[in-house]
Amino acid sequence: MFALVKKLVIFLVILIIPNLLIAEERKFYLGKIATKTEIAGWDIDVRPDGLGAPLGSGSAINGEEVYAEQCASCHGDFGEGLDRWPELVGGEDSLDTHDPVKTTGSYWPYASTMYDYIYRAMPFGVAQSLTHDETYQVVAYLLYMNEIIEEDFVLNDKNIGKIKMPNVEGFLMPDPRPDIANVNGNPCMQNCNTPTEIIGKARDIDVTPEEEKS
Amino acid sequence: MKKNKQKKLKINRRELLAGSASLGAIAFSSKIGYSKETNPNNLPPNVPEWTGELGDGVDANPYGMPSEFENNVIRRNVEWLTASTESSVNFTPIQDLEGIVTPNGLCFERHHGGVSIINPKDYRLMINGLVDREMIFTLDDLKRFPQTNKFYFLECAANGGMEWKGSQLNGCQYTFGMVHNVQYTGVKLSDLILETGLKPKAKWVLAEGSDSSGMTRSIPIEKILYDCLIAWAMNGEALRSEQGYPARLVVPGWEGNMWVKWLRRLEFGDKPYMTREETSKYTDLLPDGKARMFTWVMDAKSVVTSPSPEKSILYRGIHQLRGLAWSGRGKIKRVDVSLDGGKNWQTAKLHDPVMSKSLARFTLQFEWNGQELLIQSRAIDETNYVQPTIHELQKLRGVNSIYHNNSIATWKVNKDGTVDNVRLG
Repeated sequence: MFALVKKLVIFLVILIIPNLLIAEERKFYLGKIATKTEIAGWDIDVRPDGLGAPLGSGSAINGEEVYAEQCASCHGDFGEGLDRWPELVGGEDSLDTHDPVKTTGSYWPYASTMYDYIYRAMPFGVAQSLTHDETYQVVAYLLYMNEIIEEDFVLNDKNIGKIKMPNVEGFLMPDPRPDIANVNGNPCMQNCNTPTEIIGKARDIDVTPEEEKS
Repeated sequence: MKKNKQKKLKINRRELLAGSASLGAIAFSSKIGYSKETNPNNLPPNVPEWTGELGDGVDANPYGMPSEFENNVIRRNVEWLTASTESSVNFTPIQDLEGIVTPNGLCFERHHGGVSIINPKDYRLMINGLVDREMIFTLDDLKRFPQTNKFYFLECAANGGMEWKGSQLNGCQYTFGMVHNVQYTGVKLSDLILETGLKPKAKWVLAEGSDSSGMTRSIPIEKILYDCLIAWAMNGEALRSEQGYPARLVVPGWEGNMWVKWLRRLEFGDKPYMTREETSKYTDLLPDGKARMFTWVMDAKSVVTSPSPEKSILYRGIHQLRGLAWSGRGKIKRVDVSLDGGKNWQTAKLHDPVMSKSLARFTLQFEWNGQELLIQSRAIDETNYVQPTIHELQKLRGVNSIYHNNSIATWKVNKDGTVDNVRLG
């Protein structure tokens, strides 16, 4: 009898109790623990405060060459954007006009985003091929072209979170929607006062793609 | 192939209204193959040609495709919108679809670095940052979690973005087609994090794709734990490559850009990451030069899919007006339709099922006797939000927001039955 109780106690202690404790942590026992090396290869994001910025540095002086080789064929020698590829430079004081020009200089609120995006997605079609130093160089070159830093300023992992972008105060949160008048689900149904004169027709603008005529 | 049997036949116009073989019908007619015109030899009392011969046997098409006569029901893009097709968008042909399910091959595509082709054996999902255990899951791992099956619409925040200043594109597809609605199969993120644990400081999740754009968006943790999924199937079959095969994020009711395809990583952090997509894009510029940021929810919207610029009215008499309505805040409660430009409205019939954050189908029977109409639809969702006019939105947000145009469109039916996208004012 004693032996049976002892066995039961051992069974409880060894098998059930630890399982209960672990079960609180992991419910399904699926997947595997990621190693530091695995994480380091994929965790490439850089946050506005500089968190995640990899070791490295570069200035506009050496960025000019990288930009000319890797970026200018789409974005233009001066960041003006060729064809429909994005403009990267200029556009200051344009955001409140009829024709706003959103560039890294006029619109982007954080330099970290430039680093993050250029490293992860550029050059278009050859993503994640630039070295960290080359990426800092290109970002420095674009910041210089937008008159945000001097030509010899050395951008690095320590100071990228401290660059003050011109439009950093240009964004509003939280989302104010629903921002339209609240009619409590009961809009006008009859004889509503609404303009019904035709003031524009898509057919007249004539930019709709046409099918090949058979 | 049957194309060899094609016979060119004269058009039978007797059943069409005079002059109503419309511009729309010509513009959207077939490019190849079969004649789509009526062949009197196939009509009663004659024996049709397909009756007097055998058709294909089983296995002629191991994966079935739509009838050749439906080959105009395709996704279309607007070439001038973007610099390259790899970073571009096309549109769902909603004017040709019925019910609420979008067939997988017709779901609009939006890529920022082209369609990645991923061997599912090489698929890995990494979860790192403010979790108790940083982990990696295979696709098979994900499929062993409890699964969820849900219908959700996915709409690009830029759907209708070309219409802020005026009516620009003369098509239902081009102005409302950046939306699709499928049934997703996947694992809830709230189940997945039972495996990794969560540190109390975790407030935001960075979702990252493994495509050539490394798509990234920050999502608040409340939303992630409320109803987000990692999906591997749509409408009963594996995700299509262009929809993120083998696994994508599902963020119900929120803008499509956040539904990261080819999902490779979720990082938990204490602050938003301010990625390119949520700063320089997907922010809504106002007239004073300030821009709204983190405008995630897709407000209620509806559109009449037929009649529409692609769907001329061909006959006098009874017609069934058809349309779609949806809301990122929940269920559609009601849809009203006006035939006189918004002066008078009648309530349309909503068809079952009406599900939260899913497309809903509405119809309205009407009679047409050759008169001009100004057709509009107006959605009301379960929060009592009423779809606004473009003038209401312009007054609040100007014309340079690009995103989140959920305003009422106007289709003008002309006397010959053709339909125009027009702006009233």
